[in-house]
Amino acid sequence: MKRKINTAKKHRVLAVASGGGHWVQLLRLRPAFANSNVHFATVDPKAKAQVAPAPFYTFKDANRDTKLKLMLSALQIAVIVLRVRPHVVISTGAAPGYLAIRMAKLIGARTMFIDSIANANELSLSAHLAKRHADKLVTQWPSVAEKTGANFIGSVL
Amino acid sequence: MIFVTVGTQLPFDRLLAAIDDWAFANPGEQIIAQTGVTTVSSPRIDARPFVDGSTFRELVQQADVLVAHAGMGSILTAVEFAKPVIVMPRRADLGEHRNDHQLATVQNLAHLSNLEIVQDAQTLSSVLDKQLGAGPLEKLREGISDGHRRLVGEISNFIAGGSLGGTLTFGEA
Repeated sequence: MKRKINTAKKHRVLAVASGGGHWVQLLRLRPAFANSNVHFATVDPKAKAQVAPAPFYTFKDANRDTKLKLMLSALQIAVIVLRVRPHVVISTGAAPGYLAIRMAKLIGARTMFIDSIANANELSLSAHLAKRHADKLVTQWPSVAEKTGANFIGSVL
Repeated sequence: MIFVTVGTQLPFDRLLAAIDDWAFANPGEQIIAQTGVTTVSSPRIDARPFVDGSTFRELVQQADVLVAHAGMGSILTAVEFAKPVIVMPRRADLGEHRNDHQLATVQNLAHLSNLEIVQDAQTLSSVLDKQLGAGPLEKLREGISDGHRRLVGEISNFIAGGSLGGTLTFGEA
């Protein structure tokens, strides 16, 4: 039996960020998802209300200081990527965004990593890692773009 | 109401103690603080170690003035609601953070009209007096800035630019 997908004409986008400022900045990019079928993933279950009725997924928070948690986080992100099967992944960081981009590349998605506006002097570690894997790496600061070869386009402010 | 927020990663007792000193000299002003882990305890401060995202946004909306560490979540939320925000960056040399990236953050955000940067308790106190005495700040920006529009447009183009074939593998029998 065929499964009808009423959103088949739109790009399926996975918008992923960890908590705090990463999530706030992802929310400020929402107008960019207006013409796509966007799915959100982050760490705080309560963030669901901010993006409803868009599909919403959570994963455990992790950073590079907590290796075991990072592995759990990676597993959860892999499951989310396989469920959503995105055409495009957009992330505002941090480590979980990098992980989502690596996994999404394996299924042929195009990916963009937007480094946090907090990284005003240099790229974050996650952005450094994402540099080799993301189709587009974006910094929100012109000076960082000059130093690193990342793209400066604008900012969330 | 003054809403104070220091994030949840590391303590920031210097800021909380400065707020308590101000509150002692200025009784009657309601102060709600998201404190994280702290040794500062005061009857003058409604302290909450952690605040969830939607409560945080409500508190920012209700606040007359926001006092914050230089965390992007705090600053961006304040910007979104065009609230006056007084920012005290954490200092690595005082053990308040692992590095001084918060100093870099505020240097680059200093142009925002709703943002005041303070480095010590005395300056915080005088800026707080000034902010509470002043009328509502002029709204930061109407609508979306040029840089914001460019970034959103580029992401939108990036999404639209690729084929729809790639990963659409289900829908088969």
